[in-house]
Amino acid sequence: MNAAAKMSDLVKVGPVLSRRMMLGAGSGLVLALSLPARAADAPPKYGRDAQEQGWRDDPRIFVALAPDGTVTITCHRAEMGQGIRSSLAMVIADELGADWARVRLTQADGDEERYGNQNTDGSRSMRHWLLPMRRCGAAMRMMLEQAAAAQLGVPAAELSSGGHKVSHAKSGRSVDYGALATAAAKLAVPPRDLVKLKDDSALGMVGQEGIRSLDFAAMTTGTAQYGIDATMPGMVFAAVARPPVLGSKVVSFDASAAKAVAGVIDVIELPAPVTPPMFQPLGGVAVIARNSWAAMKARDALKIEWSASPHDSYDSVTYRARSLELARQPGEVHRSRGDTTGVLAKSAKRISAEYSAPHIAHATMEPPAAVVKCDGTSCEAIACVQAPGGTRDMLGAMLKLDKSKVTVHQTLLGGGFGRKSKPDFVAEAALLSRSLNGTPVKIVWSREDDIRHGYYHTTSVQRLEANLDSGVPTAWLHRIVSPSIVSIFADGITREQGWELEMGPINTPFAIPNLQVETGEAIAHARIGWFRSVYNIPHAFAIQSFAAELAHAAGQDQKDYLLRLIGPDRVIDPRTLGDTNGSEDPDLYPIDTKRLKGVVEAAAAGIGWGRKKKGWGYGIACHRSFLAYTAVAFAVSVDKGKLTVHRADIAIDCGAQVNLDRIRAQMEGAVMMGLSLALTGEISFKKGAVEQGSFDDYPVLRIDGAPRELAVHLVGQNLKAPPSGVGEPGLPPVAPALCNAIFAATGKRIRDLPIRDQLSKA
Amino acid sequence: MAITLKVNGKEQSYAGDPDMPLLWYLRDEAGLPGTKFGCGKALCGACTVHLDGTAVRSCQTPMSAAAGFSVTTIEGLSDHGDHPVQRAWQEVGVPQCGYCQPGQIMSAVALLASTPKPTDADIDSAMSGNICRCGTYDRIRKAIKRAAGVAA
Ligand code: FES
Ligand code: FES
Repeated sequence: MNAAAKMSDLVKVGPVLSRRMMLGAGSGLVLALSLPARAADAPPKYGRDAQEQGWRDDPRIFVALAPDGTVTITCHRAEMGQGIRSSLAMVIADELGADWARVRLTQADGDEERYGNQNTDGSRSMRHWLLPMRRCGAAMRMMLEQAAAAQLGVPAAELSSGGHKVSHAKSGRSVDYGALATAAAKLAVPPRDLVKLKDDSALGMVGQEGIRSLDFAAMTTGTAQYGIDATMPGMVFAAVARPPVLGSKVVSFDASAAKAVAGVIDVIELPAPVTPPMFQPLGGVAVIARNSWAAMKARDALKIEWSASPHDSYDSVTYRARSLELARQPGEVHRSRGDTTGVLAKSAKRISAEYSAPHIAHATMEPPAAVVKCDGTSCEAIACVQAPGGTRDMLGAMLKLDKSKVTVHQTLLGGGFGRKSKPDFVAEAALLSRSLNGTPVKIVWSREDDIRHGYYHTTSVQRLEANLDSGVPTAWLHRIVSPSIVSIFADGITREQGWELEMGPINTPFAIPNLQVETGEAIAHARIGWFRSVYNIPHAFAIQSFAAELAHAAGQDQKDYLLRLIGPDRVIDPRTLGDTNGSEDPDLYPIDTKRLKGVVEAAAAGIGWGRKKKGWGYGIACHRSFLAYTAVAFAVSVDKGKLTVHRADIAIDCGAQVNLDRIRAQMEGAVMMGLSLALTGEISFKKGAVEQGSFDDYPVLRIDGAPRELAVHLVGQNLKAPPSGVGEPGLPPVAPALCNAIFAATGKRIRDLPIRDQLSKA
Repeated sequence: MAITLKVNGKEQSYAGDPDMPLLWYLRDEAGLPGTKFGCGKALCGACTVHLDGTAVRSCQTPMSAAAGFSVTTIEGLSDHGDHPVQRAWQEVGVPQCGYCQPGQIMSAVALLASTPKPTDADIDSAMSGNICRCGTYDRIRKAIKRAAGVAA
């Protein structure tokens, strides 16, 4: 165990990580926890300006033009299925006037000093980068025109560009971009205030139909490179046996059987993490072998004695029961307007309901995977991470290496959904490589590793109460018992935090004068981590289900009632609700009830709301998240307990719509994932350990469960409007819309997710 | 004794652990990472390849069982990425993250070989062993119909 001894000097992966890594956790956390108070007279920073390392718009960073005319665009954001590589390239190419067939993509390493912020989460890529990327393309176009003016001996003002060439209409001459490459490269980039963007009407790809993503060819021929495909010369393969319970440590282990497996090279104990967990490896024992198979087989042959852990008694059934008790008692008041409890006490008709949702696991199809080479003086990683810059910082801090000695190459991600924001798996490979004196180590998590050792979406029990004396409520009490994500970054966080409550509870724009949001104690016994759409998922489930329950109690049409709850058209300043708006400018992105109602109407029209079909039920739900407005409507039937989803309609208003095909794809995917979570998504704990392990006991949606018909409605296209988010906002309304449709079809109200076999029970 | 098999038309010989699944042979030894790992338990279809034209889960096919067969992986499906199913996949824009798609395509090709004009039910039953966590199922149905030349 000389390798283990070498590791004993491993330092605590301490606070140096926390601030940088917390920035990954959704923009609200920045405000909640980590930024120093700004001077009273300094203007607040919002959006891209508020992100670590900010933004860049210099074409020399992102665009390379070769003498043969090939335009190579560097993508500095993580591609995990949202299509951002092609979308950002499309923005540049459109402003540049490039021929899409002559555009190639390359992926940036983690280097935020060079590229600006690379932390791909929070549905921020297009929101923060549309304008800088347009400027990149436009600046480059102006440089090409300037080079052409010199070459043709005409004033630049007489030139126009497009179709991959600069043209001089007067003389009928034109020059291919490639022929201008060398001359243009010598020119200065025009200053930002002189960079002239194209008129929106002159854009040929942004906001247009029929633009094909550049990654499709590689993805359909097996040549696309994911983290799991990465190689380094001389690499060895690792599989790790991690503690079954968070906080448990290796007491002793017997590696004799593991070492007898052919191809095994070494067995190495990993250091146990300290609290809080952050992105530290979980510890355990690693097998190093000549191929993945030998490593995994030998890992299963390890005999390990684990220590007791403070989380040994974590049990999802009793935790939920306890949470429910707390949800029935007054909690800590987080936000209050009016006199909610006073009004409720005086009301003759009060409705209440309790909702629960379990932990879920991301289960990206590509499990966490990386190859890392670290000899103690430098570190090079190839990995599928959402935050290559943050991963680099983390590796530097953990290995006590200057950033300049750490390189993180970014691959495609075979799904991210928030899991790959947490680079614990890259850290594992780095520690192992270091203990092997720099032999590159490839780590591929098995599916069981992924399901049992993840960062789990929070659990929740929520209780809602409202009065119905006058048909619509005048008081609304929302109590939430749900562990916070912040618990992985700081000890002593025992309830949902403010930025998490901004995902629905405090800012759903219902026209209700008295509102109170309370939290109950919820101690985390697992690593709680953000999952695509984060707390919007359980909150929207409870809020939009309850809105439908009120409609039913009031004897009204569910959709009409939802529109009544939203109330008159108005623009709400998020600040008046105590909502930091995900650190986006409240003047640019206020809460606009008309837009929310607009998506409700679009989804309703799509599904044919009001139509009657025997045995079918229709349901709808809406939500604002990541500055976007979404609504989902379902038509379902239930026959002998078997659910059929006949049709789903999803509508989004996300401001400027750039890549229409990919927005639709994200909405389609959100419907499928939302259905999956609602129907079967559940991770449960017993004796502190996860009970599930693979797709047999953690089933996900398959093609035979997909809606028979599915339509996406893009609402409110306006390239002048600030773009909001797309990757996440589709998900939150799915579960409540589905449950509302099931209620309409069967009279059965689902309040506890997942639905599983509840429909076959009377 | 070495195991011999054909991979994408080329004769190969393998002398390692005969229990090693074909998946890991392809990925770690043969330099063909297009075939993906998703579960190792025949639950997700990411590892689907053809054995003499039949779709199998390579994670559950030990090398001893692959001996003597002709294996086709996504890399060997066509010379220029232009198999009708690959073309349909690109035209419909099926992939999101793309990770499951080699397996989806290999399953779809096998389906169309046995059932050239599949119904919705045929598609759902042939493809239900392939998980897509990104949720591209609606486009998978459309792309299969496009490749088959049947109305969507
Ligand atoms: S990896 Fe073979 S079926 Fe999942
Ligand atoms: S495209 Fe991502 S898993 Fe299918």
